[in-house]
Amino acid sequence: MVDDDTRPDPDALLAEVGRADRGRLKVFLGAAPGVGKTYEMLRAAHEAKADGVDVVIGICETHGRRDTEALLVGIEAVPRTLVSYRDRKFAEMDLDAILARAPKLVLVDELAHSNVEGVRHAKRWQDVMEILAAGIDVYTTLNVQHIESLNDVVERISGIKVRETLPDAILERADEIEVVDVTPEVLQKRLREGKVYVPEQAAHAMTRFFSRGNLTALREMALRVAAERVDRDMLDFMRGHAVASAWPARERLLVCLWSGVDAERLVRTGKRMADRSHAPWIVLALGAAGRADPAMEKALMLAEQLGAETEAVGVAGSSVSAILDYARRRNVSRIVVGTAHRLSRLFRRPLHERLIAGGDAFEITVLGGDERTAATPGQRPREEFSPKPYLLGVLYVALAMPFGFFVDTALPLANLSLVFMAPVLASAAQGHVPAATVTSVLAFFAYNYFFTEPRLTLSVIRHYDVLTLAFFLVFSLVVGILGARLNAQVAAMRQSERHTRALYEFTRKALSATSDYDMAWTVVSQVRSSVAVETVLLTPDASGRLAVLAGSPPIDEIDPASEAAAEWAWRQGQRAGWSTNTLPSSQWMFLPLVAREHSQGVLGVRREEGGESVSAADRRLLDTLVDQAALILERARMIAETAEAQRYSQTEKLRTALLSSVSHDLRTPLVSIIGAASTLEALGPYIGETDRRELLHTVSTEAVRLNRFIQNLLDMTRLGYGALAVRRDWLDLADVVAAARERLKGRLDRTELAVRIAPEAAVIEADPTLLEQVLVNLLDNAARYCPGGEAVEVEATLVDGRVVIAVSDPGPGIPPEKRERVFDLFWRAESGDRQGAGTGLGLAIVRGFVEAMGGRVSVGERAGGGARFEISLPQPRAPDLSHEPAHA
Amino acid sequence: MPDGAKILVVDDDDAIRKFLRISLTASGYAVIEARTGEQALAKAATESPALVVLDLGLPDLDGREVVVRLRDWFTGPVLILSVRADEIEKVAALDAGADDYVVKPFGIQELLARLRVLLRSRPSVSASPVLDLGALRIDLAARTVAVDGRPSVAFTRKEFDLLALLARNAGKVVTQRQILSEIWGAAHLADTQYLRVYIGQLRAKLGDDPAAARFIRTEPGVGYRLLTPENEAPGGS
Repeated sequence: MVDDDTRPDPDALLAEVGRADRGRLKVFLGAAPGVGKTYEMLRAAHEAKADGVDVVIGICETHGRRDTEALLVGIEAVPRTLVSYRDRKFAEMDLDAILARAPKLVLVDELAHSNVEGVRHAKRWQDVMEILAAGIDVYTTLNVQHIESLNDVVERISGIKVRETLPDAILERADEIEVVDVTPEVLQKRLREGKVYVPEQAAHAMTRFFSRGNLTALREMALRVAAERVDRDMLDFMRGHAVASAWPARERLLVCLWSGVDAERLVRTGKRMADRSHAPWIVLALGAAGRADPAMEKALMLAEQLGAETEAVGVAGSSVSAILDYARRRNVSRIVVGTAHRLSRLFRRPLHERLIAGGDAFEITVLGGDERTAATPGQRPREEFSPKPYLLGVLYVALAMPFGFFVDTALPLANLSLVFMAPVLASAAQGHVPAATVTSVLAFFAYNYFFTEPRLTLSVIRHYDVLTLAFFLVFSLVVGILGARLNAQVAAMRQSERHTRALYEFTRKALSATSDYDMAWTVVSQVRSSVAVETVLLTPDASGRLAVLAGSPPIDEIDPASEAAAEWAWRQGQRAGWSTNTLPSSQWMFLPLVAREHSQGVLGVRREEGGESVSAADRRLLDTLVDQAALILERARMIAETAEAQRYSQTEKLRTALLSSVSHDLRTPLVSIIGAASTLEALGPYIGETDRRELLHTVSTEAVRLNRFIQNLLDMTRLGYGALAVRRDWLDLADVVAAARERLKGRLDRTELAVRIAPEAAVIEADPTLLEQVLVNLLDNAARYCPGGEAVEVEATLVDGRVVIAVSDPGPGIPPEKRERVFDLFWRAESGDRQGAGTGLGLAIVRGFVEAMGGRVSVGERAGGGARFEISLPQPRAPDLSHEPAHA
Repeated sequence: MPDGAKILVVDDDDAIRKFLRISLTASGYAVIEARTGEQALAKAATESPALVVLDLGLPDLDGREVVVRLRDWFTGPVLILSVRADEIEKVAALDAGADDYVVKPFGIQELLARLRVLLRSRPSVSASPVLDLGALRIDLAARTVAVDGRPSVAFTRKEFDLLALLARNAGKVVTQRQILSEIWGAAHLADTQYLRVYIGQLRAKLGDDPAAARFIRTEPGVGYRLLTPENEAPGGS
C-alpha cells in the first residue's frame, strides 16, 4: 500500500492525458441571473480573439441588455437552427454547423439549458460534451442553482424548484471555473433598474428569489463550489505527481437506499458528503428483487449522474447483514442511511438502529426524515395499487364460510377457528403482505360474527372464545405476514436464479458458436429471450459503417433516425436512443459493446410490440448481457484474426514451395549442361562421335529450356506487379502461330502440328507479344504430353464476336476436378519437384496474359481423348477495309 | 581404371540420364537406366548392379523409401544425387543406408571420384588392420596413428573409436546420427555437442585446420568425411 501511494496514480495521469486532445471547458459560474456571466464570457472571448484565437458564438442570450449586445459585434456567430415543436418554432444552437465550422473556441451560453424535442440531445451540456470531444474549446455560463447536487439545497433556501439541472460530473470535467461575483446589493440594484432578465410568468417568484438572504446564500454556494474546485485541482496535482504525505487514507462512502426512505434526498446528501471528503461513493439499493420500484430506480439514475457507483441487490435475508457484508467487502468507511417512516417503526426496531448495533466498525450517519418532502404527494415511492390480491383474500374467506357451517353442523369440531386459518394461508401464498394482513383481519371478523356465541354479533359471551379470538387474530397476522414474506423471498430468489441462468446459458451458447453470424445470432436471441425485448446487433462493416449483423426477430435495416442514434452510441461509447437523453426519438435504445477499449458495435433493444417497457431488474440484466456480448464478440474477432494469420502462413508455405520448385526448374537444365560439358571436357578422348554430338545437343537444348524458364519467370513477375501494358494491334493469326513454332524449334521437332484457322478468324485484334507467349506456352505444354510425336491441333474460329483458339493434344488429358487448378500458380508448387521440370508456370502465365487481354481460358476434353485448351478473346469489331485505296 | 562394373542410374530427367550414360560408359562402366523408383527396384533386382546412382526427386517414391527397400537385399553402395534444398531427405536417405551423396549440379569428375571410392573401398577395408590414407596411417590393432610418417600424440579411447569409424568409411560421408549411435549409443542421437567437441579434439591432435581440411571435412548439416587421396582430386567440391 505504501508503495502504491508513492507511485503516481495511473488514473490521475490518464485523466490528464485524456484531456490533451479534448477541448478545454471554461465555466463562468454565477450565483444568480444578472451577475454578468454572459458579459464576462464575451469579454474573455474578445481577449482570446485579440490573441488570434478563432472564436465563434455557438449561442448567446443577451436578453436585450445593451452593453452585452455591444460585445457581440466582431465575433462570428454560427446561425441557429429552427426546430418546430408543437406548431412553434424554437431557435436552438446548431451543433452540426459548429462541428463543421471547427473553430478553436466556441461560446455556448447557459450550460444547463434543456433542448427542445427534436434536437439530437436532450440537454445542452451533452452538445457541449460532443463539441469538446471534437477538440474544440468551449466557454460557457452556469448559475449555481442548476448544479444537480445543490438542487435541493437551493430549493430549500429559495423555495423555487429548478428543473434544468446539470450533472456534477460535467462541472468536474471543466478545466477552469471563473466565478462572476457581485455583491447582493449591486444585484438588487440591477434588478430594480430592469437590467436582469426575468420571464414574466415568474416575476413574482423571482422577486422573492432576489431577496438579500437568498442572494447571500447562493453567492456563498457559488464561491464554495469554486473553492472546492481549487482544492481538487491541488489534489489532482499531488496525486499525479506522487506527493504522498498529504494524501490520507482513502475514505469510502456507502449510501444505502431501501423502500420507504427518501432516496433522492439521501443520494444528494451522499454526494455532498463525498465531495467534502473527496471520497469515492457507492449507492446501494436494497429491495425485494423482482419487484420494480420506480422511485428507487430514479434515485439510482440520479446517483449515476452525480458520479456514484451504483449497485442494486435483492435481499432475501437480513438487510442489516447484507449492508454490513457489502460494506466490509468494498472497504467502506462510512455508511449513510435514512430513517424509515414512522408506521414501520411500530413493528420493528428501525433498520438504522439495528445497523448501528451491528456495524461497530463503521461510521454510520443517519439522516432524519424531511417533513416537507415526505409530505409532497408523488414523491414518496409508492407501489402501484392493485385490488386483485385483496379481492382474492375476500373470496378465500367467503369460501371458508360454507365449509365452516358444514363442519359446524356435521362434526363436533372443538375449535372452528382453524377453518379460518386456511384463507389466511392461501392469501399469504400470493406473497403480498398487506393483502395477507387484510385477509386475516377479515377472517377474524367472519369467525367472530358467524361462529362465536352469540352468533351474528361481534360480541362474545364465552371467556374462552375471547381468548380464542385474540389468539386467532395474532396467529393469523403472524402466519399471514410471514407466509407472504417467505413467498416474496422465493420469488426474489427465482428472479435472481433466472438471471443467473440466463447469463450462464448466454455464455455457454455464445462460446459454442462457430461462425461470426452464429455468434451474433446467439447474442440477439439470448438477449431477447432473457429480457423480452426486440434485439438487433450492429457491427461496423468493411467500410467502417454500422450495419445490421443479426436481429431477433430478424430485421434487415433500421430507420435513419435510429441509425443516427446507433452511430452516435458507437462513436461515443455511450448509450443513446429510446429512454435515454440522446436522440430519444429513436425507437431503439443502443448500448455500445465495449471490451478492452475496443468498440465492437452496438446492441439495440426496443420494446416488443404490445410488450411492457423494460423493468429495472431486466435493465441490469441487460447491462450484464451487453458486457458479456462485448467480450464474446471480442473473442470472435480474435479468433478471426488467428485464422487470418493461419491463412497468411499457409500462403507463405505455398510461396516457399513455389520458390523451391522454381529453383528446381532452373537447376535441372543446369545439371545436364554442367554434366554434359564436364563430360566432354574430362572424357573427350574416350567418347565416340555420336555421343559427343548428343552431349553437345543436350547442352544447347537444355540452355534453350533454361532460357524459357527465365522468360516465364520474368513474365510472372510482370503479371504479379500488374505492370503488364496491353498493346492491341491487328495481326494475322497464322503469323503468330508460325512465330510461336519458330521459338519452340527443337522442342516441337518430333511433333506434328495441324493448324486450322477459319477465314473470319484470320485477322484479329490482340497484343502480338502476349498472344505469341500464350501460344508458345500452350504448344510447349501440349508437346510435353505427346512424347511419341502425336499430332497437336491448333484451331481458330470466330464465335459471337470472340475469337476462339483451341490447342488440343491426344495425351492423357486432365481429370475434370483438376481442370481449373492447372492454371493455378500454386498447383505446380503443391506437387513439389516430383513432376518433370517446367510443368507449372507456363499455364499460369497463359491465364494471366489472356485475362490481361480481356479474354478467358479454359481446359476441356479433346474429342477422341486428350486435353483441349481454349482461349477466347473479344473481337469488338471486324477489320475495317473500307478506306483501303482501290487498286487499279 | 575402368573395371566394367555395372551401374544403375535412376533419374526422371532424360537429359541427365543421357549424359550420365555417355560419361559413365566412356569411363568404362556398364550402365543401366531407370526413370522411376519402382523401375529402379525392379532393375536392381533383375540386373544386379554393383552400384546404384539414385536421384532423390523421383515422381513415384521418395529417396528414403527407395533406399530402405533396396537395403532389404542389396549390399552394394548407393550414391544419392540431390539438390541443395533436399537436406532433410538426403540425410534421411543416408541414415537409411545410402553411402554417399553428390549435390546437383556437379562436374563429372566429382561423380567419378565418388564412384571410385565407393567401388574400391568396400572389400579392402576390413582385410588389413592398418589403414593407409596417404598422409594418415592408422593401425586399428595397435590403436596408433601416424601423421606424415610421425607418430601422433596419444588418443583417448573415444577419440580413437571416432577416428576409426571415419577411417573405415574413408572417402565416404558418415552422418551425425551414424556416428552418435555407434560411438555414444542410441540414447545420445540428439547430443551433437559431443560430436563437435570430439571432432575438434581429433583435428587438434591431427594438426588439421577445419577451414582447409586435410583429413576431416565437415559436410554441413550431414556429417563428416575422412578424406582420401581421391577426394582431394581436382574438381571435388
